Amino acid sequence: MQKFSGFELFRRALGGHKGWQPQWRTPEPKAEYDVIIVGAGGHGLACAYYLAKEHGITNVAVIERGWLGGGNTGRNTTIVRSNYLFDESAALYEHAVKLWEGLSADLNYNVMYSARGVLMLAHNHHDEISFKRHVHSNNLNGVDNEWLTAEQCKEFCPPLNISSMRYPIIGGALQRRGGTARHDAVAWGFARAADARGVDIIQNCEVTGIRRGPDGAVQGVETSKGFIGAKKIGVSAAGHSSVVMAMAGVRMPLESFPLQALVSEPVKPAFPTVVMSNTIHAYISQSDKGEMVIGAGTDAYTSYSQRGALHITTHTLDAICELVPQFRRLRMLRNWGGIVDVTPDRSPIIAKTPVPGLYVNCGWGTGGFKATPGSGNVFAHTIARDEPHPINAPFTLERFRDGFLIDEAAAAAVAH
Amino acid sequence: MLIINCPWCGARPEIEFRYGGEAHIARPADPSALSDQEWADFLYNRTNPKGRHAERWRHIHGCGRYFNAVRDTVSDFFVATYKAGEPRPDIAGETK
Repeated sequence: MQKFSGFELFRRALGGHKGWQPQWRTPEPKAEYDVIIVGAGGHGLACAYYLAKEHGITNVAVIERGWLGGGNTGRNTTIVRSNYLFDESAALYEHAVKLWEGLSADLNYNVMYSARGVLMLAHNHHDEISFKRHVHSNNLNGVDNEWLTAEQCKEFCPPLNISSMRYPIIGGALQRRGGTARHDAVAWGFARAADARGVDIIQNCEVTGIRRGPDGAVQGVETSKGFIGAKKIGVSAAGHSSVVMAMAGVRMPLESFPLQALVSEPVKPAFPTVVMSNTIHAYISQSDKGEMVIGAGTDAYTSYSQRGALHITTHTLDAICELVPQFRRLRMLRNWGGIVDVTPDRSPIIAKTPVPGLYVNCGWGTGGFKATPGSGNVFAHTIARDEPHPINAPFTLERFRDGFLIDEAAAAAVAH
Repeated sequence: MLIINCPWCGARPEIEFRYGGEAHIARPADPSALSDQEWADFLYNRTNPKGRHAERWRHIHGCGRYFNAVRDTVSDFFVATYKAGEPRPDIAGETK
């Protein structure tokens, strides 16, 4: 791997930038690997990277139906935060935020993590008491989060309209270490670093089946490039998790919904932070390119179509225009949909499965990007040791059988 | 926006309807006889297919009644809608 540095940039510039190598190989699949990861999104690539880096398992393939980072990793609104209510969730997302803080140096790749703050707005009494409860819970868990009055919200984010709206802002919860990161760079950075440690990233290769032996354990995957053997398979397939797991005969507590997002034309720096409003349903931040990145809600019905209905985005834009009146004149550049796999309690599943050798990392729903490094890190631990890391131990498949839900849906802090 | 054919009222825009999740999941007649796993299967596990999906809709801003539909989750094309209580239609053919 060519190390990126100021000196290297200068040296290559003298050669007319002709000396740069591809950032990862395009290998043909081997007959057998120690571990196969299904899905080369951020989570899958991060898992492969940490398998190689922290567990010494380098004979790993990441198999991807399309191109790496082309699914939800390339379709999300790039928000990073860890202000979740419950102890289990706070530990998981805080683990990720801590990794975000050192990720660019660790990967030798600028993932553009920008701790510009995440401000969650309260518009009614229920919001206020709920967010204050989050602030207290977060502080007990060592997660930074603080309550701001409406005037302090306005001071922190001057474009906000706090009063002349149907549901005026009465305050907000601010996590200063929250922010954004460059989604593509996260996929590319993990891919490059994993590839440098010997991981094979096999793109344009669709997994069509999971082969199991007479003892029930996995033997490998059938793909569009033939059979590839492995004693351990980690499924990290986001919206398609139900489809892949069905290949091994496992029914999942998941439903896949379209989730839409859109960006405006690029403008000069005009919006300093990430603002989320659950009550009127809007969240917005400005990318470093200058586009306003706006997240809409999920459509009502399950779908794999990667597109949703216009009335969903219209609803969000109504809220954005009321929240930030100066954006009424912005034109929207494009919109798109991704397919998110949602669990009944809105918490992910990072766990072993009833099938020996089969592991699953799914159910991230509408908010998986923020967890990318932490999720890959604990999933790698689970696969390498055949037992969960203490952080993901509560996020089992069996919690739905045993009644130990991690009910962030009822916690109502997140925009679903 | 989807156009959905209510079996009682006819074709109406999607915003008149409420989605009701996977269809033909009958509540067990004797819940206390079920194991924890069987109860979890009923409550939480779903088929979530990529392709033909039998699902419930409710015409909440129309007749207010529940009905069932078979929709292709790749294209969102409605293959059929039918009244609650009727069996899932056996419709052959390629997904589209």
